Parts: sequence; C-alpha cells; structure tokens
Amino acid sequence: MKIPVTAILTPTRPAREYESRFDREQSLLKMLAIPITSVVVASMITALPIFTEVPLLPPLGLLMFLSWRLMRPRLLPVWSGVPFGLMDDLFSGQPFGSAGLLWSLAMLSIEIIDARAIWRDHLQDWLIAAILIAGVLSGGLWIAGMAHAAPEPAVLIPQIILSILLYPLAVRICARLDSWRLAT
Amino acid sequence: MAPPKHRRPGFSRKAQYSLFATYVVAIAGTIVAALLLAISVADPAGFSALRAAGAEITAPVARVFSNVRGSAQNMNATVAAYVRAGSKNAALEKEAEANRKKLIEAQALRVENARLRGLLKLSEEGESQVSVGRLISSTSSSTRRVATLSIGRNFGVERAQPVRGPSGLIGRVIETGPTTARILLVTDAENLVPVMRATDGLPAFSAGLGNGTVLIKPLNLGESPFKVGDIIVTSGNGGLYPPNIPFARVIKKTSDGALALPYADPGNTPYAVVMRPYQGEARAAQQAAVPDGETREIAE
Repeated sequence: MKIPVTAILTPTRPAREYESRFDREQSLLKMLAIPITSVVVASMITALPIFTEVPLLPPLGLLMFLSWRLMRPRLLPVWSGVPFGLMDDLFSGQPFGSAGLLWSLAMLSIEIIDARAIWRDHLQDWLIAAILIAGVLSGGLWIAGMAHAAPEPAVLIPQIILSILLYPLAVRICARLDSWRLAT
Repeated sequence: MAPPKHRRPGFSRKAQYSLFATYVVAIAGTIVAALLLAISVADPAGFSALRAAGAEITAPVARVFSNVRGSAQNMNATVAAYVRAGSKNAALEKEAEANRKKLIEAQALRVENARLRGLLKLSEEGESQVSVGRLISSTSSSTRRVATLSIGRNFGVERAQPVRGPSGLIGRVIETGPTTARILLVTDAENLVPVMRATDGLPAFSAGLGNGTVLIKPLNLGESPFKVGDIIVTSGNGGLYPPNIPFARVIKKTSDGALALPYADPGNTPYAVVMRPYQGEARAAQQAAVPDGETREIAE
C-alpha cells in the first residue's frame, strides 16, 4: 500500500486508535501556527547567550522564511515579509524596519522569479536563496551604515558563506515541520 | 517541482481581486517598512521601547541559558584546576614572591598619593558602582555589536553609563528596559573611547572595527608610536569612562595607529559592573547643551 507522505509520521495517541480513520480534518490552528512560530522562534535565537566577535550567527529567521517560501510557494502571502521582518528587527539589533524592508523585497523578487523560472529543482532554489541571503545581509550592513558607523563589508563574508551552507538544513527542518503541520 | 497555479485564479472576480489585493498590500507594506526605517535612521533611539519589549520577552530564557553556560564553564575550570594543580601551585608561589615586593611599593605609593591628594584638596567622587549584572545575549547575527545586560531600570541602570567587566572595559549603556539594558560594546564601529597608553599616558582614541578588534589612533599625527604588546587603558577624557580601566593590548602596528585586542571578552565575562559616568556633573551640563547623537553647527 502506498502511504501518502502528508498523512503519516506522527505517532498516534492511544485515544485516537478508536477514532475513525476516515475523513479526518487537519487542524487549522496547526496549519497556520507552525510556519509562523517557526520563523519567529528562529528570529529569536539571537537572544540566547551566543557571543561572537564578528557577525557569524546566520540569520536563522531569514533562512526559515526563505525555506518556507521556496518550499511551499503558496503558503506565505506576498506581504508576509513585512511583519516577519519587523519581528526580526526587534531582536537583531539592526535599525527598526531594516529587515521589514529587505525581507519584503526578497519576497517580491521571489514572486518575479516565480514568473520567469517556472520549473525549478532544489539546487535552483538553493541558488535563489543564496543570492537573496547575500543581498539581505549586505543590505543590512548598508542600512546599519546609514544609521550608525558600520564596519568594513568584508566582515560579512564568513556569515554569508555559513548561511548559504545552512540553507539545505533549514529546508529539511521546514519539510519535517510541514509534514507535522499537514498530518491529520 | 510544478509551479502553483495561482497567477490565473480563473474567472472568479473575487479570486482575481483578492490576488491583486495581496500585491497591493505587499508593496504598501514595503513602503511602510521603508518609512519606519527612515524614521529609525533619523532617530536611532526612536523604537527603543519596542526593542526593550523584545529583550524583556526573551530575557527569561536567555537568563536560564546564561546560567547553564556559566556553570558549564565553572565545571571546566574546576576540572582543569585539579589536573594542573601541581605545576600551577609552583608557578603561583613564584608569582606571589614577586608580588610581595611590588605590594609593599604600592602601599608606599598609596600613602604618598593620599598625602598629595590632601595637599591638592582633591575629593573622590561618590560610590562609582551602580549595580552588577551579567551579559545574557548579543546581536551575533548583525553587524552591530550590542549586548543585552541582565539588569535594567530596576537596578538603577540608565543611558550613557559605562560598563566594565573584571578584565576590562565592556562598553556603555545605550537603551534601558525594565529588567534589561542594551550595551554598545567597545568593538562596535560607533563606539569611540578616549584612551591612553598605560606606560606614558600617550593620549589616543579607540574606534571599534566590528570584528573583535579596535583601532587605536593617537591624537598626534605622524608615525605610529605604538609597539606590539603596549597596554592601553581608558584616559577619563570626556568625563564618561573613568580613567585607568584596562582596555586593550596592541597586537599590530599600523601606519598611523595600532590594532588592539580588548581585554574584556563579552563571551567570557562572568559579570559586568555598571558604573556611574566619571565626572557626572560636568557631563550632565555638557549633555544639557548638546545631547548625545545631536551635532550642532558652530556659528563662526
């Protein structure tokens, strides 16, 4: 028997053994809350006691956001870059509004790419994510430089490389969360 | 994978309009974000209340992890101390012998210092310490070097107070929340600290480079007078940072200054002491005339 990917993978609780297995509904709350929470929590990771000399911690919120967008194209609405970005700004230390603007621009550029490059595989998505990550990080440095004195752009290179290499992991995490999200 | 069919939602007017509306909202949102950004660039302290709220929300978790981290480091140190007990004991005894002589000299100097101060009628300013906290997080994914302190207004922490650790100067307070405060580290590119060379008081400025080191620039133009290994301490100029706080060690000489490594490593600092601004009254008068972050044209 072929098992549908979206229907399995969560251990059934004992009580559910006696419920009907037909025509189960997915939980609407779970379907909405999981992507939103995962992006916001990833943005908050920077509040943990991690101290680095150079900006080295990848922008995990951005990675999750791009993964959800590229993996499930219709899930996040086009305007969602603004609220997610503003939430990220609260924790990142950048001037308020910087990620709000940059994430939204990233979202709009993916929309434009979607209209041009229609059939894509994972590698092409990775390339798109890599370009956007580099763009958002350097844009963030440029914006920080408008508000305050900013360091040389070269300090960003390790962070950009690390973030690009972490993108497949973020997609894996999103895929796991997605199967949990859609499980009945 | 196959592209989603959402560009042509069919003949339903409702679907067409709602698709169009999402694009309108997206572009309007982008413009709003750009406006917010313009406001926060013009007034960097503008959204500090929001950021403080964010820091307050995540502070409990950060405190727990900070504690865990601290005890793990303590455990490492304890185990290492047992392993290296013998050799360390010998080294310490040798050091104590050398220190004893210096201690006696220092005692004599202290007496002499007190006598000279009495002659000059210099009075010590009051208690310089406001409170002691811990660094619980830092902006490790942004190019800004800002750390969060575990105490805030509840312990009397205010803006523009210097913060030091046991090994050296950490930075100064830029935003305060009810139970947290944000500290601009000395390695941030915006943080300029008046410093001097410990041996001869050569005055200089330190500017962060954003990569964990600071650039020391002497006030005098000309060839760099620094040598690798020079000790840099704060000079007390400007009235914010108290003098003689250990600051950095020169690691490389450049053509017009030096690269130095700060002594205080935010990741390895067990506690952070918030201090009162040195010469607070003079600074308050100066701030009343020209507040921080505002520049004034000087009428010629």
